[in-house]
Amino acid sequence: MNQTPYKLVIGLEVHVQLSTRTKLFCGCPTAFGASPNTQTCPVCLGHPGALPVMNEQAIALAIRTGLALNCEIASVTKWDRKSYFYPDLPKGYQISQFDQPICGPGYLDFADPENEGETLRVRLIRAHLEEDAGKSMHDEGAGKADSQIDLNRTGTPLLEIVSEPDLNSPEAAKAYLIELRLLLTYLGVSDCNMQEGSLRADANVNLHIAQGDTTVATPIVEVKNLNSFRAVERALTYESQRQYSQWQKDGRDITQAPKQTRGWDDAAGVTVAQREKEESSDYRYFPDPDLVPLHIEPRQLEAARQALGDLPAALRERLRYAGLKEYDANVIVSQGRSMVDYFEQAVASGAPAKRVSSWIQQDVMRTLNEQEISIEEFSISALQLAELLQAIEKGDIDNSRGKDVFQYCLQHPEADLDSAKAALGIEAVDQGELEALCRELLAENPKIVAQVKEGNVKGLGALIGAARKKNPNADPKQVRELCHQLILADA
Amino acid sequence: MPITSSQVRKVAQLARLELTEDEVQLVSDQLASIVTFVDQLGEVATDGVEPMAHPLDIHTVVRPDTEVPGLSREQALSNSPNHNDECFLVPPVMAR
Repeated sequence: MNQTPYKLVIGLEVHVQLSTRTKLFCGCPTAFGASPNTQTCPVCLGHPGALPVMNEQAIALAIRTGLALNCEIASVTKWDRKSYFYPDLPKGYQISQFDQPICGPGYLDFADPENEGETLRVRLIRAHLEEDAGKSMHDEGAGKADSQIDLNRTGTPLLEIVSEPDLNSPEAAKAYLIELRLLLTYLGVSDCNMQEGSLRADANVNLHIAQGDTTVATPIVEVKNLNSFRAVERALTYESQRQYSQWQKDGRDITQAPKQTRGWDDAAGVTVAQREKEESSDYRYFPDPDLVPLHIEPRQLEAARQALGDLPAALRERLRYAGLKEYDANVIVSQGRSMVDYFEQAVASGAPAKRVSSWIQQDVMRTLNEQEISIEEFSISALQLAELLQAIEKGDIDNSRGKDVFQYCLQHPEADLDSAKAALGIEAVDQGELEALCRELLAENPKIVAQVKEGNVKGLGALIGAARKKNPNADPKQVRELCHQLILADA
Repeated sequence: MPITSSQVRKVAQLARLELTEDEVQLVSDQLASIVTFVDQLGEVATDGVEPMAHPLDIHTVVRPDTEVPGLSREQALSNSPNHNDECFLVPPVMAR
């Protein structure tokens, strides 16, 4: 970690678009990418007299998320109107939750990106449901043409997850978001597509600067428009440096300046001042008279708890128990539940865990990338891979010939291990053959033999290459060992 | 309860209403009168009474997550003062 003359203090507000089919308070579809203003109705357009009705699936997904984030789930929750004027908010208020959010305090643990083996915990203040606003498209050029408003997104359910200011570096903020996204993906509550705005983060940032015995806090800045993990990291790095130089210039602390909103300009790599933050009371929250409160019954909670399934933290634990290092367990779990299943099936079929892990991370993942497919679409089954890796483990096939089999199976999905071996001409080389081969090599390479006798074993590598030209089935490890033995025996 | 003109201006600003000086005075008096009327509620003893989120004694009214046909784009845009073929149009927001 860089030594800085201050402590960076970051809290994140994360808006997650819940993957319901329809909006939070009406039956309009939520699908992304539809032609503008084709997914609306009188409720989400805010027509007079239209009445909202809660989507039970949005509530179920919020509860599911809250449980996974170790939150207290409210037994009674209600809806409030948050009033402000903006053209993409047709009602003039957003239906949100003010003082009785559906999810109360919780926390999320994640690996400390700056200290291997350590865990960081972010405490969560709350997570509440609210409806999304529409989309405004401004005339970016001259700024003179009318702004266009698309209300398809209006009323889409969002869960806003608010953290305590427990994050102390841009790297930690990014790591928290990555863990949060992985968890949400496992839960299946959101597609978490940042490009499409399904996961949006705002950061509240300031600095605690040591001044002798006391600490000075700089004014809090809310940084908006963080549309990628990289943007989060870059914006927070920029903003911390900006606040420090600003403080050096004017010396203003948190009591001398109001909270400010700044937008991240990704292209320019800077944060830009936006409007001064309105005070909370200016939103004039009050209970929405169009909606009745929501009661959540204990048995509903219990059922949701039972249905949570295995979450990333537990699966990492399980993979480590199976014999993987923390790093490797994390790589596999980060690929999603199907990859974990693939790994576990291969191990259950008898292949050694470490070898499965290493083949998944190299050959399997590279192939998935090249073919742009997911593990579900991968043509080599976990059982096939297990069979191959067991053969390598037993020494029936060497690692390099194993890669040939892997490639052959990719091109011939119907092939089993035996037919692949036959097609590639892979057969066991018996000890006699191997020894004959090695003696031939030594006779052809007197220079190397002389070097090895003098203790310089580097030349043995060249022998391996030559051996495989003569017989591709010769196991490099065996060739190397046998040649070495023969030379020493001769010496 | 008197309502100051600065309170009126703040509320007017939040509601995006532009008031003349005369109107500010007029509205101050009117608001004072309605707030005094509503203030009578403060005379009722409410210690130990649960805050009520809704006057109806019902809760948890939900609907299934199934699509319901909405409005066509033409219908959606038809009531707006200004629109093009696809979108509602509003005066430029970016121009400050």
